[in-house]
Amino acid sequence: MTDLSISRRHLLGAGVVGAASLAVPAWARGGDISHGGMLRQGFDEVSGSSIDLTIAEGRRIVQGRRGHGIAVNGSVPGPLIRLKEGEPVKLNVTNMLDEDSSIHWHGLLVPFQFDGVPGVSFPGIMPGQTFVYDLPPIRQAGTYWWHSHSGMQEQSGHYGPLIIDPAGPDPIQADREYVLLLSEFTPLHPHTIMSKLKKGEGYFNYQQRTMTDDYPLSAEERRMWAEMRMMPTDIIDVTGSTYTYLANGFGPDEMPEFLFNPGESVRLRIINGSAMSFFNIRIPGATMNVVAADGLPVRPVPVQEFQIGTAETYDVLVEPVGEAVTIVAESMDRSGMALATLASTPGARAAIPALRDPPLLTMADMGMSGMDHGGMGHGDMAAAGKAEPMSGMDHSAMGHGDDADAGSMAGVSMDGMNMRDTSLLPPDVKVGPGIDMVSMNPVDRMGDPGIGLGDVDHRVLTYNDLVALRPNSDRRTPSRQMEIHLTGNMERYMWSFDGQKFTAVSDDPIRFAYNERVRVKLVNNTMMAHPIHLHGLFFELVNGAPDGFQPHKNVVIVQPGGSATFDLTANEEGDWAFHCHLLYHMHSGMFQIVTVTPEGTGA
Amino acid sequence: MPAQELSDCEAEAARHRAMGHPVPAGQCAPASAEDVPQRSVDTNAECEAEAARHRAMGHPVPPNQCAPDQAPQTVQVAADAVTECEAEAARHRAMGHTVPADSCEPMENGEMDMGTADAPMDHAAMGHSMWGHASDTAIPSGPPPAAAGAGPPRAADAIWGAEAMRDSRKALAQENGGMKTLWFQGDRLEYRAREGRDGYLWDVQGYYGSDLDKFWFKSEGEGSFGEEIEGAEVQALYSRAIAPFFDLQTGIRQDFAPIDRTYAVVGIQGLAPYLFEVDAAAFLSDQGDLTARIEVELDQKITQRLVLQPRAEINLAAQDVPEVGIGAGLDTIEAGLRLRYEFAREFAPYIGIEQEWKVDGSADYARMTGEDPSVTNYVVGLRFWF
Repeated sequence: MTDLSISRRHLLGAGVVGAASLAVPAWARGGDISHGGMLRQGFDEVSGSSIDLTIAEGRRIVQGRRGHGIAVNGSVPGPLIRLKEGEPVKLNVTNMLDEDSSIHWHGLLVPFQFDGVPGVSFPGIMPGQTFVYDLPPIRQAGTYWWHSHSGMQEQSGHYGPLIIDPAGPDPIQADREYVLLLSEFTPLHPHTIMSKLKKGEGYFNYQQRTMTDDYPLSAEERRMWAEMRMMPTDIIDVTGSTYTYLANGFGPDEMPEFLFNPGESVRLRIINGSAMSFFNIRIPGATMNVVAADGLPVRPVPVQEFQIGTAETYDVLVEPVGEAVTIVAESMDRSGMALATLASTPGARAAIPALRDPPLLTMADMGMSGMDHGGMGHGDMAAAGKAEPMSGMDHSAMGHGDDADAGSMAGVSMDGMNMRDTSLLPPDVKVGPGIDMVSMNPVDRMGDPGIGLGDVDHRVLTYNDLVALRPNSDRRTPSRQMEIHLTGNMERYMWSFDGQKFTAVSDDPIRFAYNERVRVKLVNNTMMAHPIHLHGLFFELVNGAPDGFQPHKNVVIVQPGGSATFDLTANEEGDWAFHCHLLYHMHSGMFQIVTVTPEGTGA
Repeated sequence: MPAQELSDCEAEAARHRAMGHPVPAGQCAPASAEDVPQRSVDTNAECEAEAARHRAMGHPVPPNQCAPDQAPQTVQVAADAVTECEAEAARHRAMGHTVPADSCEPMENGEMDMGTADAPMDHAAMGHSMWGHASDTAIPSGPPPAAAGAGPPRAADAIWGAEAMRDSRKALAQENGGMKTLWFQGDRLEYRAREGRDGYLWDVQGYYGSDLDKFWFKSEGEGSFGEEIEGAEVQALYSRAIAPFFDLQTGIRQDFAPIDRTYAVVGIQGLAPYLFEVDAAAFLSDQGDLTARIEVELDQKITQRLVLQPRAEINLAAQDVPEVGIGAGLDTIEAGLRLRYEFAREFAPYIGIEQEWKVDGSADYARMTGEDPSVTNYVVGLRFWF
């Protein structure tokens, strides 16, 4: 087997420059960056026990489109930070912006004061200041990332990959490995995007229902959606109409190339470092074995496609064949894609598939699962007389293709249905104009492959496929369960937990006793998928995995109108951010603080 | 084949059949010599029995996959610890499934349960996810235990100091839901071609504020070129969200033409079912006159950028207001159709037609001043916002 230490030194993307070795790089001398203030595309790699990172601004060009950028060490994405399990590290972060900044180490278990969320963990990094993240020995290995938690700097380029090599042998063996960091570029300032979302629902959506569209919707269905004042095409808020989707900082016309020798297995560490995008990942002609989720290994799941939510990471193993295969990261609404190539000879390219037709929201996305079996992907289950014991099972992923009508609501009348029956909400949810919908029947949707993937004719990953490779350390049955409702109003672009924006609850965190074991059910009362992220802790998806092998994650997608459940052991003391990782949802108020009391005070 | 294993197999076969997979009736019967080439080594028998089951269910398994020399070099089974877990991992690798090398090793602070590790490995490798969801009915719902409130209210204060944290904490709340928005819209800015003198019209509005509370202003006016302005008004309103799609608006309206007059305003504005944009208000003048206005618009997208907008407006009055030519009851009706093209969402020129009728008493007042109570306008205009 090839020594991993060799393959780690391959190019991470075209155009990588070894700037890390320069004594005083130009970008570290002041706010302006070399190359006439131009930020580089692609990233370097930094490692060691003391790592210097400098945040500065500059201009970016992606495929001829220009914009303002915030970069770390002069590039977007910022450098790949490579750490080693069991070793401490000092990360010295200098802020050369004229506003406060921060870096949050996404998925890393750290003392809370180094988690990097201004206003929760620490005061933030003032202009001109160097803040030292003095981290004790790293307690984990795997694929993570880092990004700013200040303002909306993340949208402007302030993010990068974070890889931790295991102290012992890696449970995931491959001949080569590559980082594929997905993100977006927009020439618009993030505040401009936020403002447009507030003022014009559907502003970025150029795949709306029209009098001339090709959507498979009957007149009755169109009437019903209009009656609800909602859009079946509201898949993601910010789309390819402004975004150029990036692979390691490069647009689809400049796609990075990852080399392999025929017969080799390649580990792809796929990070969704975007601000607002879910991607459908495919490698036409190759099977991907999903071997890690959010950094931690899972039992291998062979799939042809999977959806990666904002801020999630997945490691996959592939054995590419032929001259080249294309890695396709299609945005969930199919308004654009990021691309990379696995090539056996430099310059080799495979065909690039066309964008598929945009998907439509279904009955299940309206929180009406059970009222239309087609939308739930069960189809023939009732006929088999097995509907009950099979609940939660994902049929489409098994290759039956029986839910071709998932996008259809034919024959379903909305008459008499109340899309906002607030009596269904528990009393701790504050009812008001910020809630435009209440799921009538929010079933567990962790067996759902994601919006638009219910009817593809190949194997797609679902959360229910994930099983931890190593057993959980805490196998207690949770002592209590709690429910958190995801709430929103599309038209006003308001997003919240339990009907209250963070502004209303900033002094009233979600409280856990130290070492308390809690089951948390997230109920989605909106028609959008939300990737919910908890800082500082891993939680275990309650996905029916065998006892003690529930997969660990730090981001969970809660599908529209459905629910997702996790167990957690509150054994990391301090205050932690808990939020939707869609940047503009978080910024609209879908944010909370989780407080874990100090050790010795708890259960 | 042991009886227990046989029934496991049949249970699984039944599940497969229930899902519509074709599973032959006898596939759980002990494999015959013709079906599975037997090998003398005991451990291979188990492997091959499983391979046979896999084949019977339609999974591709190479014929010689149980032969030890077929295992890829990546397989590393510790010589001294051929546990059940590792034996199975090796079989899976031999079938071409990827199983990481240390998948049988426990976490440093955890304890591996080999018994539970075995069964699900099959399913994962076979591409099924058929575990039932753990029941959560036994777990009580409730508030956090008392200990959850025991810590300091803000953990970061103890480390960085409350003073140091204050500004960032304020900024955090502001950034996550507290921002305010400024919006200005020129809904109709148009040139009106018609019999007699051509005219003009403006209809603008805007707001500044948070999601629920806003300062809202509106202004409308119209006239004919070369004549005195026919009507001009400005409204300043406090707007409060009262429902997901509707705001309640109260404030002042000041008219500058045809005469100066001040009104108190109460109205609602928002989005009605079927996506009708509604703006309805009642006006009480400082002379005690009560009038009302209802405007309804609907955006019908023809393409992603071409939008047809029907629009209707009705003015009502509780009494005659002769000094401004309003008759009691139905005062005026306007019905229009505008076709706009959104070069950007914010910038959309349009063409259209609008018909205005003065009704009953108002029509009489119009005729008395030599005006036509019915006017057809051919309009060219601009809709924009920022």
